[in-house]
Amino acid sequence: MEKISTLTGPIIPLERSNVDTDQIIPAVFLKRVTKTGYDDALFHSWRQDPSFVLNQVPYRDGGILVVGHDFGTGSSREHAVWALRDFGITAVLGPRFGEIFRGNAGKQGLLVGQISEESMEALWAVAKASPGATVDVDLEARTATAGGVAHDFQIDDYTRWRLLEGLDDIALTLRDEDAISAFEAKRPSWMPTTQPVSEGT
Amino acid sequence: MGRTLAEKVWDDHVVVRGEDGAPDLIYIDLHLVHEVTSPQAFDGLRQAGRGLRRTDLTVATEDHNTPTIDIDKPIQDPTSRKQIETLRHNAAEFGVRIHSLGDKEQGIVHLVGPQLGLTLPGVTVVCGDSHTSTHGAFGAMAFGIGTSEVEHVMATQTLPLKPFKTMAINVEGELRPGVTAKDIILAVIAKIGTGGGAGYVFEYRGSAIRALSIEGRMTICNMSIEAGARAGMVAPDETTFAYVKDKPHAPKGADWDAALEYWRTLPTDDDAVFDNEITIDASELEPFVTWGTNPGQGASLSGEVPDPSSFADPTDRAAAERALEYMDLAPGTRLKDIPVDTVFIGSCTNSRMEDLTAAADILRGHKKADGVRVMVVPGSARVRLEAEAAGLDKVFTDFGAEWRFAGCSMCLGMNPDQLAPGERCASTSNRNFEGRQGKGGRTHLVSPLVAAATAIRGTLSSPWDLVREQEEV
Repeated sequence: MEKISTLTGPIIPLERSNVDTDQIIPAVFLKRVTKTGYDDALFHSWRQDPSFVLNQVPYRDGGILVVGHDFGTGSSREHAVWALRDFGITAVLGPRFGEIFRGNAGKQGLLVGQISEESMEALWAVAKASPGATVDVDLEARTATAGGVAHDFQIDDYTRWRLLEGLDDIALTLRDEDAISAFEAKRPSWMPTTQPVSEGT
Repeated sequence: MGRTLAEKVWDDHVVVRGEDGAPDLIYIDLHLVHEVTSPQAFDGLRQAGRGLRRTDLTVATEDHNTPTIDIDKPIQDPTSRKQIETLRHNAAEFGVRIHSLGDKEQGIVHLVGPQLGLTLPGVTVVCGDSHTSTHGAFGAMAFGIGTSEVEHVMATQTLPLKPFKTMAINVEGELRPGVTAKDIILAVIAKIGTGGGAGYVFEYRGSAIRALSIEGRMTICNMSIEAGARAGMVAPDETTFAYVKDKPHAPKGADWDAALEYWRTLPTDDDAVFDNEITIDASELEPFVTWGTNPGQGASLSGEVPDPSSFADPTDRAAAERALEYMDLAPGTRLKDIPVDTVFIGSCTNSRMEDLTAAADILRGHKKADGVRVMVVPGSARVRLEAEAAGLDKVFTDFGAEWRFAGCSMCLGMNPDQLAPGERCASTSNRNFEGRQGKGGRTHLVSPLVAAATAIRGTLSSPWDLVREQEEV
């Protein structure tokens, strides 16, 4: 995973709440077995509408998405994160997120920052006053600065550290392999395994 | 101070306690795998030269892409077929047990774990599917995870997880006849909203929950994610123990005794404190239905489509306006006047024997309403066999319904079972998102009883309406 410290891009105002992952990427695009190539699938249904925000000139190459509350709820599909990334979205800022989505984003190097409702409104206002206006996201300082105002955002310390360092979760966990083996040795004998059992015994 | 059920299960699975804000490393007892969220994870293992650590704690099945008719023929959609073939290939290469289409243990992944006796009280369960919360009905801690986490569990049998908050959902009192577990959970979500559970593990408690079967508890825990919760749980009790006893993989003999002794220690201590708490009076609940495009947009079936201007919060108001436009509904319309094109009984929420039996009891002796398509899709091959042994298939087909093979079917627009644009469906599934059941499709979430009554009358209806009609005759 690439290290992230600062990100800059146009503020993309997605003025909707409860954007579930079925809207971010419909299930029909989940049949693929690859991890890239989902840019056309992003918000597929809404993008049929020429007035949809991502169809507007300043936003067609991506940027920093500023969303309403409860973005990324619903299905666990990580394809939602891949589609955002493939389109060129480098960060998503909003007041509240679906937790599985937020977790998935952290694993894939997509910065998800929690901002206040006031900051959300302020960033939307900047974008609407001057479409294409940019925001500077500073992960170290946890600020998103636009229109001369620095808005604080929240991201948990651990995810922030991993993004700053570009660390791979699995490699981190495997440092604790001895602890995992020790835990396994103490698991109760009644715990089932998935190995086939003969019925009637 | 005492601990909650969730805290006990968590504490017993901590491999490494996180320090300085780092998450705890949690051991995973059961990893359920399906075709949609696993191919990229298997690829990740291959690219990193890693193996799958515990194939003996992993089991795979095919459910999301699979057709529910002509299952003996090749899958027609080439991308779906490739995804299924990829799972079979990966399972063979990594040594994972798989229940493929046609196998008697095949089915929706959240039915497979419980019916095999792999889902047990006090275990941790994960799956690359948000409805993994279903397994919490047994007093297991069960999370839906993304594909990166699927790969992580495959490689390490653990997950780094942040601590959670606990919320007690107290459901007290007795449900009226015709009101079910589905109505309880739809009412809970309407009360706290789709984000109201963010950061929490729910524990469903109270006399109404205790009175439910395991299958009803699964329906409730299943939809915890629709309120934004990380997981939902019910403390194990005699109902739970009776259900899991003698299941194929459940402990036997001395192991059973040891397990039972442990399971009895799991319920929340009397002096434990929840971070948050809500209470619902079960005796006041009516059959419930959603009118909008998220599961929190619901109301009692006796009510009306709300007026968006009645919402105080501007974003809620805007969401309601958008939802009504998508659903093609006018404020003030009586919910019972809404006609449907399709009735779907199925999904990991409501496709078990209890659901099918309850629906069949209502449909028996009736014919479906003209012009309505009715699909009944058992959640697993085993449920299908049991239903046929009980003669339910005959009830459904006599009624005019289609009796299908097991799978996720019309819950999500991923297999051939989909709504056409503009089509309206009363569905026992879990999500009424825009396009969820097919592009342009409109979904009303309901219980199996409401689905059955709606299939008879052709408009959204509760079983109470059928009783009323009979009384009027």
